[in-house]
Amino acid sequence: MSDIAAAKPRRSTRPRRRLAALEPLAWIGPAIALIAVVVIWPIVTMIQTSFQNITPLGITIGSAGLSNFTQVFRNPNLPGILIRTVIWVAVTVAITMLLSLGLAQLYNQRFPGRRFARWAIIAPWAASVLMTALIFRWMLQPENGVVNVFLHQLGLVHQFNSNQADWLGRPDSAFIWMIGVAVFVSLPFTTYVLLAGLQAIPGELFEAAKVDGATAWHAYRRITLPLLRPAFLVALVINLMNVFNSFPIIWEMTRGGPGYETSTTTVFMYDLKGTFVGQAAAMAIVNFALVVVIVLVFLRLNRWNRQEAR
Amino acid sequence: MAVRTVTTRPLADPRSAAVRARRRLPSLRTAIITAVAYVVAVVFVFPYLEMLITAVRPQRELYATNYLPHHFAWSNLINMWGAAYGITSSVRVSLEIAGGATLLVLLVALPAAYYTSRHRFRGRNGFLLLVLGTQMLQPTALIVGIYKEFLNFGLLNLNPVWSLILVNAGFNLAFAVWILNAYIGSIPAELEEAAMVDGCTRLDALRRITLPLAMPGVVTALIFTFIAAWNEFISALALTTSTSDYPLTVRLDSFIGQYSVDWQHLFGASVVATIPVFILFALIEGRVVGGLTAGSIK
Repeated sequence: MSDIAAAKPRRSTRPRRRLAALEPLAWIGPAIALIAVVVIWPIVTMIQTSFQNITPLGITIGSAGLSNFTQVFRNPNLPGILIRTVIWVAVTVAITMLLSLGLAQLYNQRFPGRRFARWAIIAPWAASVLMTALIFRWMLQPENGVVNVFLHQLGLVHQFNSNQADWLGRPDSAFIWMIGVAVFVSLPFTTYVLLAGLQAIPGELFEAAKVDGATAWHAYRRITLPLLRPAFLVALVINLMNVFNSFPIIWEMTRGGPGYETSTTTVFMYDLKGTFVGQAAAMAIVNFALVVVIVLVFLRLNRWNRQEAR
Repeated sequence: MAVRTVTTRPLADPRSAAVRARRRLPSLRTAIITAVAYVVAVVFVFPYLEMLITAVRPQRELYATNYLPHHFAWSNLINMWGAAYGITSSVRVSLEIAGGATLLVLLVALPAAYYTSRHRFRGRNGFLLLVLGTQMLQPTALIVGIYKEFLNFGLLNLNPVWSLILVNAGFNLAFAVWILNAYIGSIPAELEEAAMVDGCTRLDALRRITLPLAMPGVVTALIFTFIAAWNEFISALALTTSTSDYPLTVRLDSFIGQYSVDWQHLFGASVVATIPVFILFALIEGRVVGGLTAGSIK
């Protein structure tokens, strides 16, 4: 490099080198600008807002110090919301990962019409989550929802329009159904990631294991699971993020109610935005801190998986 | 079909004639697997069938407790386009937002992906890390900040479509950069160099050689962005105020009233919103996983 530079007339090197340093910016600059406007600036705004005193009408009346945070933390609904958020994320992601392991194994088998069966399971992935949540709300209608019609035929639901048939009216059963919907919409992506992981495992390994007399379960535990680990971990972290940020399911099925009894922190934050933007921002900062932790884990994992792959 | 499924697995070659003869009849195991897989498939499609059925239920049978109505009111799917329901204008707004975001993503992501895949430079890793970080973030996590930012800049009063194009483009940029980066990286740089020796400019080489070869990646990125923007809800809900600006997702939400829900139009609009998405998604299904997991699975 220096040889070439020395061979050229000295005058032109400096401006050219300065230009060369700017060249990458011409190519990646627009992307950085877009990220700055849509991601970085909102983070800055959010932090600012969380320390401001803003009336429900949107007028800023000076600094609030830490009062937005203290008010959020003193909110009597918060402990319940936090516990529910942990349950929401942990239970949804755990069930999703377990079911997806089974589904990926199933759809990795050879059977006639596999292509169509695989297309069928992407339906909840392609459709908007909002829409899926609304369909489930309709299917759970106490007076005519198809779930109740079916359970009525089985003799499990005795009467339409009863308290028993009003699945979304009771906080506990509503929450369980919503976790079910969250699992339902998370399965396709997770299954596809695991399926991609399964297909990357060389088949010779299983042949060799068979020759050595390993049972199917043994081969699964000793070969499939360890080799599936990178795919599994990436799917896990992406699911943690998606489920934590999941808003439409709860919003469309119960609006977080009655009261805040089916809210998670995300729904709570959105609800606060309507009246106390400052407190909403404070809640958002708390959420965001958790999100950053998940992102850092993801980035770490990413590097780690790549090093393993080498 | 049987031939196809065998060829998809590289593993099935040398088998004795006896085994092959037995294979002509599906084994019990295959039969069970097939049955279970189909049942699972039906479970996954069922809610969307229910959506379609509800959309064409006649008004008097809307609350009937039967699986299928006695009559199908296909006219529901025509009547819902009336101006009173706002579905027509919402389709237009959704097309503007999704189309605009897709175009913007392409304009911004393509140069970035090209440059980072062809050149090592200072700040390259930092840039890629920034992109990866934004991939993990979602509008939901930042919605208060996004809302406040666009409010402060007065962009909301202008036309929320512009704001929503920006937001959707920003949050789908990472997927596009990543998948384009991988596709361009798999095209040998020598091809471009050869073209440049033959007198092409760099942009010409990019346009005539690299871009056509990276087309599958470009199409995947475009379709993925379009679908994501088309389905996006929370920032559309937060940033639109007047009903004439509602995209389809917010329109669906608006059919839910405090005391009653307009289910037929809700699901009629849902059918409209879903069918193109299913078709588009089936086209890119095989390539999406790679982009979403950001190349971390080899």
